[in-house]
Amino acid sequence: MIPLVGLAVGVVLGLLLQPTLPVGLQPYLPIAIVAALDALFGAFRAYLEGTFTDRVFVVSFVSNVFIAALIVWVGDQIGVGSQLSTGVVVVLGIRIFTNVAAIRRALFHA
Amino acid sequence: MAERRVRSRRIAALARSRARLTGDEGTERTDAAGEPTDRGAAGAPRPGVWRRIGRAALHPGRSQVAAAVVLCLLGMAGVMQIRANDSDDAYSNARREDLVQILDGLGVESRRLESEVAELQGTRERLQSGADSQRVAREDAQQRVDELAILAGTAPAQGPGIRMRISDPQDKVGADVVLDAVEEMRDAGAEVIEIDGQARVVGSTWFSDDGTGLLVDGIAVARPLTITVIGDPHSLEEAARFRGGIVSEITGPKIGGDVQIDQGDASW
Repeated sequence: MIPLVGLAVGVVLGLLLQPTLPVGLQPYLPIAIVAALDALFGAFRAYLEGTFTDRVFVVSFVSNVFIAALIVWVGDQIGVGSQLSTGVVVVLGIRIFTNVAAIRRALFHA
Repeated sequence: MAERRVRSRRIAALARSRARLTGDEGTERTDAAGEPTDRGAAGAPRPGVWRRIGRAALHPGRSQVAAAVVLCLLGMAGVMQIRANDSDDAYSNARREDLVQILDGLGVESRRLESEVAELQGTRERLQSGADSQRVAREDAQQRVDELAILAGTAPAQGPGIRMRISDPQDKVGADVVLDAVEEMRDAGAEVIEIDGQARVVGSTWFSDDGTGLLVDGIAVARPLTITVIGDPHSLEEAARFRGGIVSEITGPKIGGDVQIDQGDASW
């Protein structure tokens, strides 16, 4: 319940305060969001499987976001940014699908 | 066999940790002590999942607060990104390579359009100059047409000139005298000559005496004759009055007539 409230609060804050990211970081926000989604579904899967710990969750969330952005940043520096960001999105997408499949099995046994 | 034993041990550990998290002591016992089968992992459902979620919703803990904070951040980031995507400057989020590519495309496009503009301008200039020369030629032709119409007597004309009234009581002014007068007027630069307001003198005009009177182009003209001439009035009058000219011929003893000349504007 609280996580859902937190999500709603985040959305409302984003709408009300209209925060802006520094221009230099803006290209990495989409990748960071995809990485955060991956961490989120992974955490929910772990919760359903009973192996959830908040410390692991927070650390994995932060590190996922950071690593995803870092990879894309490095790619930008060496001139393969768009290819690397595509690769990161593909990998994270596969992981998200795997996690959601596990969540589905745990919730609906199907 | 060994693999199977490892798997069942894993299942038991999973069940135990789950029970520990949910605080359900009873299930831990039974699951841990229960038959370790493959059916338990894949086929048999975990009946407590939904109940566990419901209970967690009612009894929030530290982990839920952490998740809430993380989700809060995620929600903010998502809203930010969606707003940035919706905003007008779609290029602010674009990568440098993409921008370079877009710029290249625009440069190629603008070069193409510039060459098209130059081509169309050339075409326009060509058409304009063509139209100009055509217009000048048409104006020249129109001017010639007007002049020729006046000379041919098909168009009305007006301008300064003289009016000559010839009265001869003895009716001795014949076709030859009028022809002399017309030729002298032409020599003096007459542009238009008209006799008695009825006959315009052109290249093919003829004069004749038919016994009763004077015919000009088949039209009988009344006496006294009036010859109207457009041209330079001064030189026309001089041409008429010079010694041995038309006036002296008419006023001479042979004809015994009289000539009255008025200068002025005339129009026909």
